[in-house]
Amino acid sequence: MPRITVTVDGITYEEDVEPRLLLVHLLRERLGKTGTPVGCDTSNCGACTVMLDGKSVKSCSVLAVQADGCDVVTIEGLGANGSMHPMQRAFHEEHALQCGYCTPGMVMAAMDLLRDDPDPSEETIRHGLEGNLCRCTGYCNIVRAVRRGAQEMGQAVTTP
Amino acid sequence: MTTQEVGQPRRRKEDARLLTGRTRWTDNLTRPGLLHVMFLRSPMAHARITRVDVSGARDLPGVVAAFSGQDFAAEQGSLPCAWPVSDDIVIPDHPPMAVSEVRYVGEAVACVVATDRYRAADALEAIEVDYEPLPAVLDMPQALAADSPKVHEAGNKAFSVKIESGDVEAAFRDAPIVIDRTYRQQRLIPSAMEPRAVMVETDGDTFTVWSATQIPHVLRVMLAVVTGVPEHKLRVIAPDVGGGFGSKLQVTAEEVLCLLMARRLGRPVKWTESRSEGNLTVHHGRDQIQRIRLAADADGRIRGLRVELLADMGAYLMLVTPGVPVLGASMFNAIYKMDAYEFACTGVFTTKMPTDAYRGAGRPEATFGIERTMDELAAELRMDPLEVRRRNWIKHDEFPFTTISGLTYDSGNYEAATDKATAMLGYDKLRAEQADRRHRGDPVQLGIGVSTYTEMCGLAPSRMLGEANYGAGGWEHASVRMLPTGKVEVITGSSPHGQGHVTSWSQIVSDALGVPFEDVTVLHGDTAVAHKGLDTYGSRSLVVGGMAVLKACDKVKDKARRLAAHLLECSPDDLEFAGGAFKVRGTESQKTIQELAYAAFTGHDLPEGTEPRLDSDATFDPENYSFPHGTHLCAVEVDTETGMVRIRSYVAVDDVGKVVNPLIVEGQVQGGIAQGVGQALYEEAVYDAEGNLLTTTMADYLLPSAADLPDFQLDRTESPATSNPLGVKGVGEAGTIASTPAVVNAVVDALRPFGIQDVEMPCTPERVWRALAQAQEGVRR
Repeated sequence: MPRITVTVDGITYEEDVEPRLLLVHLLRERLGKTGTPVGCDTSNCGACTVMLDGKSVKSCSVLAVQADGCDVVTIEGLGANGSMHPMQRAFHEEHALQCGYCTPGMVMAAMDLLRDDPDPSEETIRHGLEGNLCRCTGYCNIVRAVRRGAQEMGQAVTTP
Repeated sequence: MTTQEVGQPRRRKEDARLLTGRTRWTDNLTRPGLLHVMFLRSPMAHARITRVDVSGARDLPGVVAAFSGQDFAAEQGSLPCAWPVSDDIVIPDHPPMAVSEVRYVGEAVACVVATDRYRAADALEAIEVDYEPLPAVLDMPQALAADSPKVHEAGNKAFSVKIESGDVEAAFRDAPIVIDRTYRQQRLIPSAMEPRAVMVETDGDTFTVWSATQIPHVLRVMLAVVTGVPEHKLRVIAPDVGGGFGSKLQVTAEEVLCLLMARRLGRPVKWTESRSEGNLTVHHGRDQIQRIRLAADADGRIRGLRVELLADMGAYLMLVTPGVPVLGASMFNAIYKMDAYEFACTGVFTTKMPTDAYRGAGRPEATFGIERTMDELAAELRMDPLEVRRRNWIKHDEFPFTTISGLTYDSGNYEAATDKATAMLGYDKLRAEQADRRHRGDPVQLGIGVSTYTEMCGLAPSRMLGEANYGAGGWEHASVRMLPTGKVEVITGSSPHGQGHVTSWSQIVSDALGVPFEDVTVLHGDTAVAHKGLDTYGSRSLVVGGMAVLKACDKVKDKARRLAAHLLECSPDDLEFAGGAFKVRGTESQKTIQELAYAAFTGHDLPEGTEPRLDSDATFDPENYSFPHGTHLCAVEVDTETGMVRIRSYVAVDDVGKVVNPLIVEGQVQGGIAQGVGQALYEEAVYDAEGNLLTTTMADYLLPSAADLPDFQLDRTESPATSNPLGVKGVGEAGTIASTPAVVNAVVDALRPFGIQDVEMPCTPERVWRALAQAQEGVRR
């Protein structure tokens, strides 16, 4: 069984894994990182989105062995020291979640979107989140939250 | 404490946990020695099972057990149907695991229990099943024909229901206008984002069941009835539940079978479905054929309405399967006055996944039928669709109004909602643009769709449910406890899965008891904690469950008043309650509710015969349904060259009575609209000619994404409900009920100059394009 070394939310793990083990199952069932949920089996819903070396991936479509030597950030590791990241706060302020099942993936996808465009328009956000499905909100407040999060993150950078 | 909490857009108490991944989804939970269950499912729509051999699976590493239906036959019972809607209803035996015959693709035929899910998946491949194919039954009219193959021995008719009010014959006789239309409500897959999951643990005597369910209380009763495990030995917990929309209002085969496996193996077991498995086997929604005939006078006044429904039950009757179409019976007449009404519904068995409640459950179907027909009446009269509605709707000064189907609407103001909506949309300006585009022959045509809906919700007065032959009541329960330190613990029998009960209930309690919002906690979803309840569906939580909380608060306040009077040595009548304190009128002498909570806890000095506690239970049973209403307007652009439909703007003015938390109400409306748009434009569960489901993944079953939807413009009018002291009406289903006809009416409105009267849902580019091609061919001929 291959042995992999992977850093998840700042902690480095060494694990023996079957080659077929999915990254999301490594996270949830081996490492106890249940903050990342599974919503489908065809990579359409995006609920399981995490950052792999700084880029968003759907962790149901990545094998654990592919994450060998990589740095993974999940929704649990986004905020520093248990506090909320500005994007998480923006989701709270804008009521951008109801059942909350898509939320981890939605927040991680939003973070990825801002890497490409730190000040996205409504249209950019809507297209950028196309791979993340939500059944509760109708997306209106998610779009608002991403704009708000972007603004607050922009301010955090520019404010001396 | 001066601010009133009710009415404030409070940010939700639920969010922090959900946003940081500290969630308790059922699939997150584990127990020492947990085993994983996977089911082998029928690949045949209809077949006799001639052999099941699970021995190959049993021998594989990591496999603890493997079972066929025969192994459970003596103890698995039959999945329940709680709503026998008629005397002629046929409720077939519904074994949780098929034993001798399968009747839809996806029905469980065997299962394995293994140390992890990968081992379980491997083991499924080693199970052998032989089938002898039987004919699939897929089409409702054909299923009712005398020579049709049968789904069940008793035949393919599940039930028939007929309701008549007024002289329908007279209304249609010599009517100057009769509109006769047939609409298809396609089959939908509810698609809550959290797949179902269930875990069961036993200590050999008692059982704890964790399930992604909307109905922990109903489930506990039903599991006891089905499996024979005594009710008092069963504890059901709905931990964090990721959406339901009716799909988790069910007693499922997997819940029953996991309980039986835990009992047999004496070890904890868990099953979590994959999405593909869920699309096959989470109950589906809608699926009706509606024939609607409407008779009107030449000026557009409705004389009578005749509705004939065929409702696809699928292969079995599940918890409320037959009740769904019948819930729509009183809603086809909607907000309109008429002389006569007739409703007839036939439930039909087919070899498909059973249908059951899906957001709105019967009422979206009814609203679609009547709102589409009203647009057809307007077109026939060459009248504006809003004008034909104005001529028929109940006016605001006519409430309370008893409708032709016998419901009494307590309040509403259709004029006000419509005026506001038309102003927000810029209705007249859009009509002018539409005329211009039509005149120019613009390849992109504009359509404006109207939906002036109402719904009956806040399910429900127990007495009325009894009259409808439903198997349970409609009350809700709450407990409110003042803790020794002055904090408040609320227990609600309603079981949230995204609706924000904890926040809204805190707002109600804060106002009622004069305590800070932050000092209230709300517990739910565990039958050992919330010992009484009827759970969450039918837009009932606030209207019934929130009212139970308010009633419990009032009882706590009464106790506190008597205690305060005792301690302050005055009469209870001399006390006024404000800002969380009882004050002796005209003096500075007072006791806060927190001081009283502590005094009740110590029990040092209580009035004679008083127990040392400051808490209360309450059960609220509403006297009537509630009737939210509103006007939704949708403007679409239809590309006549590609058939593509784009929603340009969407306006919703809803009247849900008094609002506890406007943020939560808006969220419910936004999400509801999106789901209704999904039915109108994107979603359909498709079976092929052999009865295989073709839409088993989210790549095939299209849910609207952020890129498919516009921002919705929302506003409200407010006609408080008179049937409950909070004045609330419920909002969970309104958006979904309203939006489907608004969107389809807009699509048809855009295409009407081409002679098109209807486009079947979902109005995909292909369907729109074909409708246009067909219309043009008709012109050429």
